[in-house]
Amino acid sequence: MGDFDFSVWQPSLPFIRDGLLFTLRLTLIAMSGGIVLGTLLALARLSPNRWLANAASLYVNTMRSIPLVLVILWFFLVIPYLTGKPVGAETSAMITFTAFEAAFYCEIMRAGIQGIPRGQVAAAQALGLSSTQTMVHVVLPQAVRNMLPVLLTQTIVLFQDTSLVWAIGAKDLLKAADVAGKNYNRPVEMIVLSALIYFAICFSLSIAVRQIQKRGQQ
Amino acid sequence: MPILEVDRVSHAYGKQPVVRELSFTLAKGEIACLLGSSGCGKTTMLRLIAGFETPSAGSIRLNGVTVADAKTQTPPEARHIGMVFQDYALFPHLSIADNIGFGLREKSALARRQRVDEMLELIGLAGRGERYPHELSGGQQQRIALARALAPAPHLLLLDEPFSNLDVELRERLSLEVRDILKQAGMAAILVTHDQHEAFAVADVVGIMREGRIEQWDTPYNLYHRPATRHVADFVGQGVFLPGEVITRQAVKVELGLLDSDVPMECGSSCSDCQRSCRLDVLLRPDDIIHDDTSDVQAEVVAKSFRGAEFLYTLRLPSGAEVLSMVPSHHNHAIGEKIGIRLDVDHVVGFRQGE
Repeated sequence: MGDFDFSVWQPSLPFIRDGLLFTLRLTLIAMSGGIVLGTLLALARLSPNRWLANAASLYVNTMRSIPLVLVILWFFLVIPYLTGKPVGAETSAMITFTAFEAAFYCEIMRAGIQGIPRGQVAAAQALGLSSTQTMVHVVLPQAVRNMLPVLLTQTIVLFQDTSLVWAIGAKDLLKAADVAGKNYNRPVEMIVLSALIYFAICFSLSIAVRQIQKRGQQ
Repeated sequence: MPILEVDRVSHAYGKQPVVRELSFTLAKGEIACLLGSSGCGKTTMLRLIAGFETPSAGSIRLNGVTVADAKTQTPPEARHIGMVFQDYALFPHLSIADNIGFGLREKSALARRQRVDEMLELIGLAGRGERYPHELSGGQQQRIALARALAPAPHLLLLDEPFSNLDVELRERLSLEVRDILKQAGMAAILVTHDQHEAFAVADVVGIMREGRIEQWDTPYNLYHRPATRHVADFVGQGVFLPGEVITRQAVKVELGLLDSDVPMECGSSCSDCQRSCRLDVLLRPDDIIHDDTSDVQAEVVAKSFRGAEFLYTLRLPSGAEVLSMVPSHHNHAIGEKIGIRLDVDHVVGFRQGE
């Protein structure tokens, strides 16, 4: 011990920054795509159409029953077959995370939609809104607002889970730290740096969630 | 042409019938109330009119157009019916102004703002449009719900137990206020409640509901003074039944003396052939029995309840039967004391015994 050399952080920063930017981009895309797709899945699960509801719940339950790292590997192998041409690890990661996270966001949105009192729907319909308009203007805005802390917490988990793209060699924050560590022969220092960055971002996000929760309770 | 015609409408939840061949009509600008204890089908009737339930038989016509029958079921959003709910159901994510303007989506922004301001004025909350529902009191929230329902100028307004979440004092004030607002807007409305004070304060005409049927559709005055059935007599107002014997078409003898009135007695529907010596149960309201020290008839005070301006005494007659009497509150008698009473009945309401 005692022979740490943190001076390697300085030269590796541009490299780390690129990795971090990819991690953030992946998180944002998987979050927005996942929430949109998840909401559609939630609507399908709550649909009176049994086929649609069953198909959606099969998808959601399958995704939630497989380890993420397997899904990542599997998609990486299968997507080229489907598209007919190889896609990079980065594109594959974005598709995989969106599809995977959608299953989790779906369950959050489903709880949010079911938590809206039926009177809200009746009130909107009595005021002339169709079922679709009621969903868009009354139910979903409230469901998102009520579920915001849970959606953000899921996003923090998502942000941490993006490190699993390491398995298919996508150049995210962890991969960048790993490569830099090998370059400078200082793997421990670089792992510490990436851990600090993950921690700083997750910790500030969870403080934000707590603030939102507190405001929601007032 | 009536604004609403409900014609022999029935509805069941599973095998349990809730509404049975119900019929009534409502004129333009008229306020009606469906009054009954919980489970009598009154809220279901409201939901049938609003379009949230489909009748199993019968038809509903709104403003001359059939909205529900064997072939038609117009969805709620196409019926132009305003609705006010027990829990207000304001949209918490929208400001007061946006709540009130919610049903005016087709209108231009300017027309919408004018209408919203007009409505805020009407409910006495002008200038509060930018606030959010949770910042206001229950009474204010319910007035906003009323404004929201009235803003699109619906054919008909339905109010489902609108005051039951409010405290008693506010309930009374707001029910009178709502009546004023509805009359000012010339709006036909149906109120559903289990509280007869509320019903009488708001409605022009009241339907007493029981087991999915309307027992009597009448003015509050007639419901109290000329109840058509024993249930209505029991449900509306206070009073007791005392056995009596028919003497003539205008007179009945009860323990307290002879009841005679200028008008033929109201004998319930089944008793139109009332004859001499026919046995009746006669309805005696607390205001039919007057405290009179000079009277020969004495009754013992068994319970009393102070109402401010008067006492409501429960009195036991020599036979053991009990009656109620409303007495000005300066006549303060102790329990166990005997006081003189006499009858002051302006017309007799009786139902044949055993029915």
